[in-house]
Amino acid sequence: MTAVEVDASPGTGGSAAAEAIHIENLHKRFGPLHVLKGVSLSARDGEVVAIIGGSGSGKSTLLRCINCLENPTSGIIRVNGEEIKLKPDGHGGSVPADRRQIERIRSRLGMVFQNFNLWSHMTLLENIIEVPIHVLGVPRDEAVATAEKLLARVGLAEKRDVYPSFMSGGQQQRGAIARALAIQPRVMLFDEPTSALDPELVGEVLRVIGDLAKEGRTMVLVTHEMKFARQVASHVVYLYNGLVEEEGPPEQLFGAPKSDRLKQFLRNIH
Amino acid sequence: MIGICGAYGKLYGGPVVRDLLAIYTTLVRAIPDLVLILIIFYAGTDLINQALAAAGWGPIDIGGIPAGIGVLGVVQGAYSTEVLRGAILAIPQGQVEAARAYGMPPGLMLRRITIPAMLPFAIPGLANLWLIATKETALLALIGVDELTQMARNAGSATKAYLTFFTAAGALYLALTLLSNVIIARIERWARRGMPALAGAH
Repeated sequence: MTAVEVDASPGTGGSAAAEAIHIENLHKRFGPLHVLKGVSLSARDGEVVAIIGGSGSGKSTLLRCINCLENPTSGIIRVNGEEIKLKPDGHGGSVPADRRQIERIRSRLGMVFQNFNLWSHMTLLENIIEVPIHVLGVPRDEAVATAEKLLARVGLAEKRDVYPSFMSGGQQQRGAIARALAIQPRVMLFDEPTSALDPELVGEVLRVIGDLAKEGRTMVLVTHEMKFARQVASHVVYLYNGLVEEEGPPEQLFGAPKSDRLKQFLRNIH
Repeated sequence: MIGICGAYGKLYGGPVVRDLLAIYTTLVRAIPDLVLILIIFYAGTDLINQALAAAGWGPIDIGGIPAGIGVLGVVQGAYSTEVLRGAILAIPQGQVEAARAYGMPPGLMLRRITIPAMLPFAIPGLANLWLIATKETALLALIGVDELTQMARNAGSATKAYLTFFTAAGALYLALTLLSNVIIARIERWARRGMPALAGAH
C-alpha cells in the first residue's frame, strides 16, 4: 500500500489521501450507441464511491471500464496513479496497449459481479486461492490460510469444499467477495452485487460489504440499493444518460438533490 | 490437441486463421473418410517425398501405422474442432470474464478455466468421436495396416471359418466400446463434479 504514495502525481494538490481511481473524460460507444459521454470520476484511498442511476445510464459500463473489461472509446483511466496505456483499435475505439500492464492492474482490483461468476468446476476454497496462487504467485499453504480466514469472515467456513452451484445466491456472492478480498485488492469494484439475489438474501451480502466499508477499504459500488448507498458511501455519483448529472456526499444527494432528474429518480425508486 | 487448437483458432484467431480452419473443417468433413484416407496416405506420402527430394534428401517410406494414426488424427481433429467450439461457447460467459477481471494471462486462462469449464459440454461429443474412431480403424486395412478387421478376414479366408472370426472381431469391437463407455462415464462424472446432478441421471 505504501508504494502507492510515490506514484501520486504532483497535480493532486496536497490533499490527504492519494487517488486510487481517476477517470477523466471517458467515452464509450457500442457501435452507434453512445453510452458514456465524457464521464470523470475520482476515488481517493479509503473512499467509498457509489454510482447510482437508472438502467441504461451507463453505470455498469463505467465500472467495467476501470479494469478494461470494456475498452473505453477514449479517455484517461489512472489506477493508483498509473495510467492505463491505450492504443487505437483501428475501428475508432481503443484497446489496452500493454497486456501485461492491464493484467497487473487487474490482479489488484477485486471485482464482484452481479451474477457472482464463481468458477463452477472449483470448490469455494479453490475459487478463492486460484488467483493468489496462479496469478500473484503466493505459496499454496499461505493462500489456503488466508482463504480460510476470509471464509470465516464472510460466514462460509463450513462451505470451503462445496461447489458454487450447491450454494444459495447469497452464499455465492459472499464467496465471490472473499475471492476478491483474497487478492488483497487496492480497490474493490462492485457491479450491482445484490441485483441478482432473492430479497431475503440481500441483507447478508450488504452486511459484508458494509463491514468492508467501515474498515476503510477503497470501493467503487454500482448499486440499486439507495438506502445502503446512503449508509456506506462517502461520495455518490448520479449518472444520467451517460453523463454525471449530480455528485456529492450522500446526505446532500439524497437529502437535498438539486437536479430535477435526480429528484424524479429518487421518487421513482422509493 | 488438433481440436483444441482448431476451436481456439476459429473462435479467437485472426481472419486468415479462421478462413484456413474453415477450409480444413469443411473439406475434411465433406469428403468421405475412406477417400480421405486414400488421398492423405498416397498423395501425402508423395508430397512429403517430393519435399524431401527438393531439400536434397532421399525418399522415406512411411509405414501404414503412423500414416493411419496421422490420417485418423486429421479427420478426428476436424470433427472435434466443432465439438470443442460448441463447448467453449457453452461456458457461462461470466466465468471467462471473471478470469479476465482478475488478470489471468490467456495461456493460464485456457488451462485453468476454459478447458475445465468446457469439458462437461464437450465430453458427450468427444466420446462419440472416440467410439467412431475405434471403428474407423477398419478402414485403415486399405492402406495396409494389420488392424482387427483385416486380420479377421485373413484368418477367415485361411480357415474358411468366416463366421467365427468375424463374430470374434465384432465381439472385440463391442468389448472395446463397453470398456470405453465405463471410462468415459467416469471421466464425465469427474468433469461434471461442480454441477448438480439432473433428476434421473446416473
